[in-house]
Amino acid sequence: MDIGGVASALPFTLGIVMLGLSAAVFGTKVDSNGPRWAMAVSSACFVTGFLVSALGIWLGWYWLVVVGYGGIGGIGLGIGYISPVSTLIKWFPDRPGLSTGIAIMGFGGGALIANPWTSSMLTAFGASGNDPDTNGIALAFLIHGLVYAVFMTMGWLLIRVPADGWRPAGWDPAVQRTRAMVSKAGVSAANAIRTPQFWLLWIVLCFNVTAGIGILEKANPIYQDFFRDSSPARTLTAAAVAFVSILSLANMLGRFVWSSLSDLIGRKNIYRIYLGVGALLYVALTFIGETNKAVFLLCACLILSFYGAGFATIPAYLRDLFGTYQVGAIHGRLLTAWSTAGVLGPIIVNAIADSRSDIAGPSKYTPAFLVMIVLLVLGFVANELVRPVADKWHEPEPDTARTSGAQA
Amino acid sequence: MSDQTQQGKAPTVLVVVAWLWVGLPFLYGLWQLVIKIPALFGG
Repeated sequence: MDIGGVASALPFTLGIVMLGLSAAVFGTKVDSNGPRWAMAVSSACFVTGFLVSALGIWLGWYWLVVVGYGGIGGIGLGIGYISPVSTLIKWFPDRPGLSTGIAIMGFGGGALIANPWTSSMLTAFGASGNDPDTNGIALAFLIHGLVYAVFMTMGWLLIRVPADGWRPAGWDPAVQRTRAMVSKAGVSAANAIRTPQFWLLWIVLCFNVTAGIGILEKANPIYQDFFRDSSPARTLTAAAVAFVSILSLANMLGRFVWSSLSDLIGRKNIYRIYLGVGALLYVALTFIGETNKAVFLLCACLILSFYGAGFATIPAYLRDLFGTYQVGAIHGRLLTAWSTAGVLGPIIVNAIADSRSDIAGPSKYTPAFLVMIVLLVLGFVANELVRPVADKWHEPEPDTARTSGAQA
Repeated sequence: MSDQTQQGKAPTVLVVVAWLWVGLPFLYGLWQLVIKIPALFGG
């Protein structure tokens, strides 16, 4: 297929857009039908997406790849992303940050597995390099679809939610609710999007994700531009690949570590760190990074760990503010922030990089980093404005909820 | 098939299968990542 760089990114970009939209549209169904139904639907869509894409590549119809991977597969991504989150929150009511960290870390862990597996498969099928075999790419998509079908089926067959009224030994829900930000009752998804808290968290997530994309999108060339003069050309390329790998690790570990820490210090405080310290790290990266490789690596890894943690902690923040009643559906609606950032982030970063293509060295990225700092500061302000949800949005007590329009 | 447990605890066999199902591919991905890192420090 003779397609350019922008067009080749279209399936992935559409996939992220569909992720947010499907999570928003089907989130309520995930809560009402349960995780097994949601994961089965997610598996069907995700696998179908790969199989349709394989057919599209084999036929040479690029639009079919876009529809398959981006459209159908993206719907599977969205439904599959939110279903383990709401399930694990029910299993760990005493540690919501830990539970959402585990769930969202799985998303990062998936990329960790898929990257080397896909690369080795493409190489084996003669589908890598400057003249890749199109049929080899189609075969790789086909195998992906079949293997994911087996693995994901095992997932939805094994999934369990706890029995009603289950709670960990020795845990008292009353203690959890003494924190100011933790809601005493549930809020429906329809009502949640009418609260300022929802939109403040939407801004927080959108800007935090955009700031992470600032590095993630250009990690390889950023490293090469920062250390071109201090590293031999022979080792620079391999080192840049290693830099991308270590960022993936930081991204994944941040999801678990920082989100778990949020159970101890509170959700609002942890986002102060992600956004406030994140902005300071970008400042350090901009002005010190070139001169000290250790500082550069530390800053970049922490920024990416905060990026991943921002995803992982947001469902726990939602659970604190809106309760567990329809937290999956509310989380789904909030993921439209990710879709927005997934489109805007690369546009901002690439537009700035393209406009400075004639500049060599770290200064090439200074305007992009400054934009990220501003976004993080705006996200910090939005987080500061978050207050507990007013009682008027709370659902009635459980015994009356089912008969009084709780689905509103 | 219901997706709700009747006890608060999942069967041990399922727990082991689930951990292996996730853990083995994850270790493969982690290993593939770790072996690239030395290049960052001139290895």
